[in-house]
Amino acid sequence: MTAISFEGVSQKYMTQSGETVALSGIEFGIEPGEIVALVGPSGCGKSTILSLIAGLLTPTRGTIRVLGQRVERPSAACGYMFQQDCLLPWRTIRENILIGHEITGDRSPQKRERTLLLLERMGLSDTADQYPHQLSGGMRQRVALVRTLASDPQIVLLDEPFSALDYQIKLQLEDLVVRTLREHGLTGVLVTHDLGEAIAMCDRVFVMGKNPGTIKRELVVPDDVRALSPLEARESAEFHSLFRVIWGDLQNEY
Amino acid sequence: MNTNFWTRGAKTPDHGQFLKKKRLTGLGVFLTQAAIFVLFIGLWEIGARQGFVNAFIFSQPSKVWAQGLTMLADGQLLYHTGITVTETLIGFLLGTAAGTLVAVLIWASPFLARVLDPYIVIFNSMPKVALGPIFLVAFGQGYLSIIMMALAVSVVITTIVVYTAFRDVDANMIRLVRTFGGSTWQVFQKVVFPAALPTILSTLKVNVGLAWIGVIVGEFLVAQSGLGYLIIYGFQVFNLTLVMLALFVILIVSTAMYHLVAYFEKRTLKWRD
Repeated sequence: MTAISFEGVSQKYMTQSGETVALSGIEFGIEPGEIVALVGPSGCGKSTILSLIAGLLTPTRGTIRVLGQRVERPSAACGYMFQQDCLLPWRTIRENILIGHEITGDRSPQKRERTLLLLERMGLSDTADQYPHQLSGGMRQRVALVRTLASDPQIVLLDEPFSALDYQIKLQLEDLVVRTLREHGLTGVLVTHDLGEAIAMCDRVFVMGKNPGTIKRELVVPDDVRALSPLEARESAEFHSLFRVIWGDLQNEY
Repeated sequence: MNTNFWTRGAKTPDHGQFLKKKRLTGLGVFLTQAAIFVLFIGLWEIGARQGFVNAFIFSQPSKVWAQGLTMLADGQLLYHTGITVTETLIGFLLGTAAGTLVAVLIWASPFLARVLDPYIVIFNSMPKVALGPIFLVAFGQGYLSIIMMALAVSVVITTIVVYTAFRDVDANMIRLVRTFGGSTWQVFQKVVFPAALPTILSTLKVNVGLAWIGVIVGEFLVAQSGLGYLIIYGFQVFNLTLVMLALFVILIVSTAMYHLVAYFEKRTLKWRD
């Protein structure tokens, strides 16, 4: 079964002055366990695709299926990571990572235990009773990752989750996220402006164009680059040739 | 380490110097504040005795003090203060609660927000105390009119400020709750309300002041009891000492209330520090 499929999806935004076509004729399928990147210029509808998968938006036309089910509303099958960590400042780290359980009404002690264990494995167990502002940016984004994984999603949507971080922390987190997704066999969709990040972390890269938003090209990252960690991948020769291809595609867009 | 009164708690000699300087500045501020107060009261008292301040119009501190002691002894002062404080508290709590409730309703229903918008604007720009006579006719010559006045003064501004705070909540935090499949009520409960709580609490401080305005004006109009009544009564019988006394009591009690609310605010927002 395909993890995520888009069939003839179009999305229009209406305003007083007329309509804007954000996405037009989007078709793709993502297999379970795959990590796919969406890259492209601002306004090409990358984030709109994430919102559609998450069920936050309803497409104007076409069908979106997640795990074979037509998407109608947000569900716990999709976890979402934002550009900002979006930790709630008035809650402790423990309360922050358990918010998904609170909302879905699943307060079983086993899930709670598992989530706290996840926090421990990220090396953050001693921050459980602290407040977000007491943590560094990298730590906060790791907490956000725990929060996302806590509700047992099968699909993780990553909306530029590393763009606000220092370069070094960003590389570490890319590594951590890829390892975590692979380990749990999760499907990932990453929206990013960083082409290097897209190639280093993902199995496939969709290059998008704008006005209207379409998928212009789909690139498969070679197996030997994929086998490397994001940090090592950046050093390989294939990485650079792939980078140049995408770079060339995007030159025409900006 | 060798520390004295000014450098107590110092970690290093330089830290001690820092602490000492900070404490001396703090003391200087306090002493200056006290000096201004003493000078003001002193000049007033001396001026009244020497005749360059008209004691008949402005009274004088010693007379106000004596009047205060007399009224404290016969229980009148506590009686009137108690009434005014009770009215203020009720008006303040009702105004804040009603204002917040309306804000919640118009947050939950954008349609209602648009419908009510012109009415809120009109009612906000209107001087609420002008409604005094209508309140008196509608709610009677008593406490109810006074409390309604306090409520009217604070309710609209509370709605506006709290609603704005609700709308300013980070859209991503709302998306976060939505991605977990949260309902509108959960969005409100988990994110919007806690995020707006600092604003709600700081409107409490404003509302204490507004409730005082409403209550004093109400007591002017109803003129039966309370500190506002003492002011009006004192003015009518030309006992300005009574007016000054009532003013001083209002100053003290309203300041105390403000600090109480500020303390409550600080305690509720512990996560900030």
